[in-house]
Amino acid sequence: MGPRVNTFVDAFRFMADHPHMLLVKTGEHLELSGAALGIALVIALPIGLWLGHLHRGLFLAASVSNVGRALPSLVLIAFGLTILGVGFWNNTAALVILAIPPVLTNAYFAIDQCDRDAVEAARGMGMTGMQVLLRVELPLGLPFVLAGIRIAAIFVIATATIAAVAGGGGLGQIIVNQASYGLSGVVAASLWVSALAFAASLVLTAIRKLASPRQVPVP
Amino acid sequence: MTVAGGPVIPNFGTGSSCEVNNGWFCTDWVREHWGDTLQPALFQHIELVAIAVGIGFVVAVALALAGFRYRLLDPPIGVFSDFLYTIPSLALFQILIPFTGISVTTVEIALVSYTLLILYRNMSVGLRAVPAEVVEAARGAGYTRMQTFVHVEAPLALPAILTGLRVATVSTVSIATIAPFVIAKGLGQPIYDALGQDVFKTEIFTAGGMVIALALVLDGLLVAVQRMLTPWVRV
Repeated sequence: MGPRVNTFVDAFRFMADHPHMLLVKTGEHLELSGAALGIALVIALPIGLWLGHLHRGLFLAASVSNVGRALPSLVLIAFGLTILGVGFWNNTAALVILAIPPVLTNAYFAIDQCDRDAVEAARGMGMTGMQVLLRVELPLGLPFVLAGIRIAAIFVIATATIAAVAGGGGLGQIIVNQASYGLSGVVAASLWVSALAFAASLVLTAIRKLASPRQVPVP
Repeated sequence: MTVAGGPVIPNFGTGSSCEVNNGWFCTDWVREHWGDTLQPALFQHIELVAIAVGIGFVVAVALALAGFRYRLLDPPIGVFSDFLYTIPSLALFQILIPFTGISVTTVEIALVSYTLLILYRNMSVGLRAVPAEVVEAARGAGYTRMQTFVHVEAPLALPAILTGLRVATVSTVSIATIAPFVIAKGLGQPIYDALGQDVFKTEIFTAGGMVIALALVLDGLLVAVQRMLTPWVRV
């Protein structure tokens, strides 16, 4: 176990010695991930919510998630680089494509499977379609919508690491460059990016818990 | 192995003019390198996936049975598999290397870890969803606990289990593309090589297309298995 433990001791020493570099790389990582996730939300949320509201497009929602799962991250990154060349957009586009399926599919099913009685009641009160969606269906389906966003965030942070092979910045740059940073640097960046993904996951889980309707005890 | 580390003057070999000019898709390159590059990579990929899903399935069955029998175990197993799933694949490979070295074992441990969450969740949810009345009825009819499990609970959970197997298989095909960051195996390798050689387009599109096709074909095969084993469920 000796040398193995040493690798991790060295990794933590690397973190202590290079806090500034790790923070800069973390910033780049979050910038790329955040931009991609933001764009994906802008595209996928309205489509998913609206289709769910209309109870149409089951085939689209289901196949988007099936096809999305079959798209490997390295392939998307490589296709992005091949088609768009090195820049900001090649990796961002790849990450957006990766993030859309979980967001769209969860948004669709969150609204589609909403409590029909609540929706009927809202309609009976004279709410318009948009009001029903925003005031009844969305609040009820929000936890499931947020669960999709959490999965997308985990995917995006993981794949932003691989984006380093296509000119992307971020923590992946350290991981794919053992020649410069040594095994201790590679392991340090790996632990760091794992902590980042885990933190994002915890934050989104906490938001989901806050958004979940309180359980009212049935008398 | 960054792209920027490649030679300054692009060198796409001495093949056809399409290859030399790095055209969008050179069929002659594919024909020439099917035997020595693409087909071996495809077979290696299938092997990586088969081993990972096979081991993952066995481990998940064991965990699901333990979690089903001893309810207390269910939350910690769920949290642990969720935790494994959150670790970025590339990072998990690197964290494992100090323990298992630059080897297939490293890759398989990571791949198995990712299948666990999907398979465990589906098995556990499927078993939990069996209606209590049905189990009661079986017990009332004189079935032993074991018989109830084998003849009632397991068959009713089968659709969820098979769906989990499908999702896990497709995801593993996808994640196995990252294997070349550790060992030169699978369809990720030609992609990785092409990225290093000033982004050789044909190789990237062919190998990338093959991974996606493999995922979709395996998904289709598993849908067929699903229809055969659980004809009462519409897939």
